[in-house]
Amino acid sequence: MSTGVSSARRRSTGGAPGEQVDFGRRVLVLRRRRIAVRLEWRSVVVCAVLALAVACLAVLALMTGSYQLSPGQVVSALTGGETGLVHDIVVEWRLPRVVAALVFGAALGVSGAVFQSMLRNPLADPGVIGFSQGSYTGALIVILLVNGTYMQLVGGALLGGMATAILVYVLAYRRGVKGFRLIIVGIGVSAMLGSLNTWLILKADLKAAMAAAAWGAGSLNGVSWDRVVIGGACIAVLLLLAAMLSRPMRQLELGDDVAASQGVRVSPVRLGLVVAGVALTATVTAASGPIAFISLVAPQIARRLARTAGITLAPAAFVGALLCLAADYIAQHIAPTPLPVGIITVMLGGGYLGWLLFTEARRRL
Amino acid sequence: MTVAGPRRRLLGLVTALLVLLALSVLSVVIGSTAIPPSVVWDALFHPSADIDQFAIRDYRLPRTIVGLVVGVALGLSGALIQALTRNPLADPGIFGVHAGASFAVTVAVGVLGVRDIQGYMWFAFAGALIVTLMVLALGSTRQGRSPVVMVLAGVCVGAVLGGAREALQLTNPDAFDAMRSWNAGSIVGRPLDLVWPILPFFAVALGLALAVSGPLNAMALGDELAAAQGVRLARTRVLAIIALTLLAGGATAIAGPIGFVGLMVPHVARWFVGPHQRWIFAYSVLLAPSLLLSSDILGRIVMHPSEIPVGIVTAFVGAPVLIALVRRKKASGL
Repeated sequence: MSTGVSSARRRSTGGAPGEQVDFGRRVLVLRRRRIAVRLEWRSVVVCAVLALAVACLAVLALMTGSYQLSPGQVVSALTGGETGLVHDIVVEWRLPRVVAALVFGAALGVSGAVFQSMLRNPLADPGVIGFSQGSYTGALIVILLVNGTYMQLVGGALLGGMATAILVYVLAYRRGVKGFRLIIVGIGVSAMLGSLNTWLILKADLKAAMAAAAWGAGSLNGVSWDRVVIGGACIAVLLLLAAMLSRPMRQLELGDDVAASQGVRVSPVRLGLVVAGVALTATVTAASGPIAFISLVAPQIARRLARTAGITLAPAAFVGALLCLAADYIAQHIAPTPLPVGIITVMLGGGYLGWLLFTEARRRL
Repeated sequence: MTVAGPRRRLLGLVTALLVLLALSVLSVVIGSTAIPPSVVWDALFHPSADIDQFAIRDYRLPRTIVGLVVGVALGLSGALIQALTRNPLADPGIFGVHAGASFAVTVAVGVLGVRDIQGYMWFAFAGALIVTLMVLALGSTRQGRSPVVMVLAGVCVGAVLGGAREALQLTNPDAFDAMRSWNAGSIVGRPLDLVWPILPFFAVALGLALAVSGPLNAMALGDELAAAQGVRLARTRVLAIIALTLLAGGATAIAGPIGFVGLMVPHVARWFVGPHQRWIFAYSVLLAPSLLLSSDILGRIVMHPSEIPVGIVTAFVGAPVLIALVRRKKASGL
């Protein structure tokens, strides 16, 4: 098994001296016998830096709490060096939450990246198009009408999200699915589901309604190992699917006709992307409630950090993980009263929109 | 598309007025308990202490009047925002204007402790204005305004404000309970004291809408052509935005966010009268309260004896209209 790592910057061959010609980016090529992976150096470096930042923040999150720990204690607890109370605090209590924030954040980042790439619009977000509303409807029905267990709630949310996605897809279908039609149909369906949700909450008694609304704001409270493992396993499979489709996804950005002429089978690829994107959002929503706007913001930040031409998945996943962890840290430890993480991410979305407004205004001056 | 001539337009307008009157009567008569029309008549013109008369005067009549006033405001604001943005998908609800107003009202009521409408209506106006300006700015690309980008911008702004409102309510259970029914958008249990302070603002907005209807007609041809015809673009836009803000903010302050009325009604009006803003405005003013009242009546009948808030009914009627609009071959028609 040979692993070749080569970095190559193609040199200018014919250009006049002094002329700046861009011959593309430095790329990293990993070759194995069957598979060859071609990565951009800048993306690799950005991902490495982001991973480091995520690791530091994770240690910080594991240290902080009503029982303060030192970084050394955290690291030795993670490597199995501690027993007793410190081990319990780090591994049993705080780690599931941190892992959940990381995994869910990454899933949301990738889900958003898939949708923004597919619909060719930086404001397209699975939450905006109604999939989280659908999951919320499913969960609400379980919470308020069936009074079901946690697993039933997860099932309800997954079913709700998937059914909504299918409904939107079918309604937007008219000899193929156009991006803008999918968005508008999604907004319409989302509005209907939103008012259905409001009505369900209105019918419930105050205590159940508060519980449902708290779930609806998106929270990592009460995340335990078994929930993280189930959600994480689903997310891992879906991330793999998204990674496999990432190349045709980039080709689809060029337009359906161009992609088809390059040998991309447009409809199956798009269906696969929709399934991956929706299922990622639905899984997270089922586990924690809708955590808004990470899927909107993460791909855009990632794109600017990695300076890629289009949306790329890996940096979006790392940015999503970082954002989600940071938002949860702020929600738990910095906010005056512990808040659901979804509230912080909504503020994040507001900040993003404000920034978009600012840059748009500056561009026009 | 055949567009009615002036005579038939007027005839249609009279018909719309009659339908509206009939619906107003129905809205007073139909309810969870059946009250004979004679009692309704007596309640209005020969008041006595009868319990049924009390129900009519204190519940159904205010509800109908609130529905009429809010309906007019919603329809006209929808017609204005569609004309202003030249966007067939425009609606104060979809564009987040209602969300802006209701967020501002939640801040006023939940955080600042403002209790009377004379106080929090200003917050509603301000919230509506800020969101309108934001969406117009976010939704304009350098190539001009794209309908879809504008809708997305509006939905995003609305989602952020909705989330922030939720945060406020979650940290403050009293505010949550007080505003639960208001958030759904309803014309029930809104005393007429809420309506009177806002009426002057609606009157101003109505006048402004009339004033800008001509210039907006010219602007439908494009900014350059309108300017060549002597339309003062900036002034028209500012006046239209003020009227829109007063109508959408005021309607939200009274009834909470009621979506989709402003989307549907101008389209129906346009089928009748073609692209003529003054007629569209006139039809919208009559058709929108009809839609709102019939949705309200429907909400009373469907789940009898319990009721569905009117905002939920209009979403269920209106969202399919949005989907149908976008499924048409040409997603324009302005």
